[in-house]
Amino acid sequence: MSERAAKVTQADEEEQADDQITDSAAPDAAQEIDAESESETTPEPVTSGAEAVVRALENAGVEHAFGVQGGAIMPVYDALYDSDIYHVTMAHEQGAAHAADAYGIVSGKPGICLATSGPGATNLVTGLADADMDSDPLVALTGQVPTEFVGNDAFQETDTTGVTTPVTKNNTFASDSDRVGNDVSEAFALASEGRPGPTLVDLPKDITNGETDREPDAPAVPDTYEVQERADEELVDAAAERLENSNRPVMLLGGGVIKGEASEACREFAIEHEIPVITTMPGLGAFPEDHELSLEMAGMHGTGYANMAITHCDTLIGIGTRFDDRLTGGIETFAPDAELIHVDIDPAEISKNIHADYPLVGDAETVVEQLAAAVDESPEATKWRAQCQQWKSDYSMAYDAPEDEPVQPEFVVEALDEATDDDTIVTTGVGQHQMWACQYWTFTEPRTWVSSHGLGTMGYGLPAAIGARIAADDDQDVVCIDGDGSFLMTMQGLSVAVRENLDITVAVLNNEYIGMVRQWQDAFFEGRHSASDYHWMPEFDKLAEAFGAAGFRIDDYDEVADTIEDALAYDGPSVIDVHIDPEANVFPMVPSGGDNGQFALTEDQL
Amino acid sequence: MKRGLEGPPPEDRPTPAGRRNKQGIRIDPEVEATHEPRRTVISALVEHEPGVLSDVSGLFSRRQFNIESLTVGPTKDEDRARITVVVEEPDPGIDQIKKQLRKLVPVISVRELEPDAMQRELALIKVDADDPAQVHAVADMYDATTVDSSPETATFEITGARKKIEAAVETFGQFGIREISRTGTTALARGTEETAAPVSATESAADEANHDEPYQTADDD
Repeated sequence: MSERAAKVTQADEEEQADDQITDSAAPDAAQEIDAESESETTPEPVTSGAEAVVRALENAGVEHAFGVQGGAIMPVYDALYDSDIYHVTMAHEQGAAHAADAYGIVSGKPGICLATSGPGATNLVTGLADADMDSDPLVALTGQVPTEFVGNDAFQETDTTGVTTPVTKNNTFASDSDRVGNDVSEAFALASEGRPGPTLVDLPKDITNGETDREPDAPAVPDTYEVQERADEELVDAAAERLENSNRPVMLLGGGVIKGEASEACREFAIEHEIPVITTMPGLGAFPEDHELSLEMAGMHGTGYANMAITHCDTLIGIGTRFDDRLTGGIETFAPDAELIHVDIDPAEISKNIHADYPLVGDAETVVEQLAAAVDESPEATKWRAQCQQWKSDYSMAYDAPEDEPVQPEFVVEALDEATDDDTIVTTGVGQHQMWACQYWTFTEPRTWVSSHGLGTMGYGLPAAIGARIAADDDQDVVCIDGDGSFLMTMQGLSVAVRENLDITVAVLNNEYIGMVRQWQDAFFEGRHSASDYHWMPEFDKLAEAFGAAGFRIDDYDEVADTIEDALAYDGPSVIDVHIDPEANVFPMVPSGGDNGQFALTEDQL
Repeated sequence: MKRGLEGPPPEDRPTPAGRRNKQGIRIDPEVEATHEPRRTVISALVEHEPGVLSDVSGLFSRRQFNIESLTVGPTKDEDRARITVVVEEPDPGIDQIKKQLRKLVPVISVRELEPDAMQRELALIKVDADDPAQVHAVADMYDATTVDSSPETATFEITGARKKIEAAVETFGQFGIREISRTGTTALARGTEETAAPVSATESAADEANHDEPYQTADDD
């Protein structure tokens, strides 16, 4: 550990000592407040739009928010000053959106992010698009220039609702101080009701500064927004009959299973009827990967056995998945023999990419319970299960790690997994490291996998770890598996992690390449490494120390276990710069638009 | 050094015989249907608030749905507007359009109109009036109303089904058309049937998401 890091630890200990003093004094103080006045239970009436905004968040039970200050959002921050909502100041608005997104994934409640108008709002856009693609609940509050300047190209003005319409579930331009609190309540409700997603309220400064005594209502969705919870019984019965008569069934669990809190129901259903289970990437953790029925993840970099099973099944029960192209590969060859039972809360997902033979629109947990009640007999699939086990051994995810060669990334992921508990939260950036994390980390619990799936946002890992850390239980570890290219994109977030003393361990799998691009260049562009060579990478351990975090470095196998242990033990943010084999590639691989069953196991099969 | 994983190579693996078409439908002679684009009218009742039209048009453009025309106007209820969209898409695309429109929060209800629904367009046609008698004879033929005339030009207003307007434009062409301005199609269902009444979530999901109905091709008027 560096001298600087040691100093920080010492300072932290002192701070903790202070905290303890405060803590021990706290009960008395709390009693005093209770005794002193009833005003704790009936808060001061709101007097401005900004106070109504903050009151709406408080009413919704919001405890944390992420954001960056700025001119047009200042009234809201002024109102936050008196609130119990803990605001985490981020180093960049993109980080605020990702942190709020991760907070939403881990806690199940919408994450909140704030930004000012213009550049603040546009910096949120990537995070909003990310949350939109992954259906993560998130509420963004953006400042806006005063209404009289809107449309005049005023200083720091952007048409925020215009810019964010395609990447939000819903957005609102607040136009009335009396109504602004309800706009926020509504945005909060919409973010998690039905299919979750990001919502935004644009807050002109005159509206937040404007006087109002209107208390916001409790969060509620508008009347026009209706969600169907239960699937049509006749269709459930038909689907159940289909399943009973199938011989090669597979369950495909998507991110919707986790968001719909349906993991338990799906596990019970799969285990009772002995149906092999595949997850999509956002569905990791919905089913324990150490269970015999688990075939892990399918798709472009899914396991060989998952891709064989999905290709050869005769009945596919897709739950909370939107059949993204990274999962399906070419549509023509996706589960070509399978009748599809598709469970989704969003009717628009039904038959969007893959035609659903049994469309079951409704809440994942409710519909799986309906289905469980309707299925009387388990499908006769003994041979099929044996076949799946055979594929598991034929296409095992084993790798070589000779001591005298550079460290293989798979080994590092497995070592991190072994050194941490089952409920450890993993966040990642986007690239090869993300795929190795999917493949070699054994996920067993929902809400422990936080990654950028649909949008594939490099730089997601560190800010997501910050959001996840704040949402997680204190005894839960948070590990960020990052790539060198990804980490470099948002590493300013380390300053936040240090200031908040967040116990996060970042393992940067450093190959000095934009590795996934290099892999594709090797496979499809004759090895011409155009702009993917990052041989100018900084030393991340030293950079971490410069930020006040603990820095570690791994070059050899014999350093892996001990260094990981030290980094995990460090109470605060730590960064391990892991110098991995620069030539390591991700396999299996289904080339873009290819046949899932024809996955390549080696370079020459591409 | 090894690069990759062990296991039987692709050529040693079984491959299923089945296939799906581009719309993700399993290709099976009995259920397979060809999906040719067809023209249809979709009517949506929406909250009358700023931004709804841009939400709707943005939805169409970013999802690459082919819009033929889009009109919007107030209804008898001042809080609600009606959007009429004419699209040309294969059936699965039309289905998606309806579902995606329904997802927009300010959208109250969405319906695809029957082919016999009343559909009207309006056109203003400005022609050279060198031969006023003949020009007016043509105008009479199409029930066109004269809205402006000058020594050199005459402008007519004509409403009707698309085909009628197209025929009129072609016939007026003989005099030399100076300018044309046309609206998109607006439409209402016939008789007592409501064009876009709010439907319950169950109903809409059951009929739209869950079943393929036999569609008919929309026809003008």
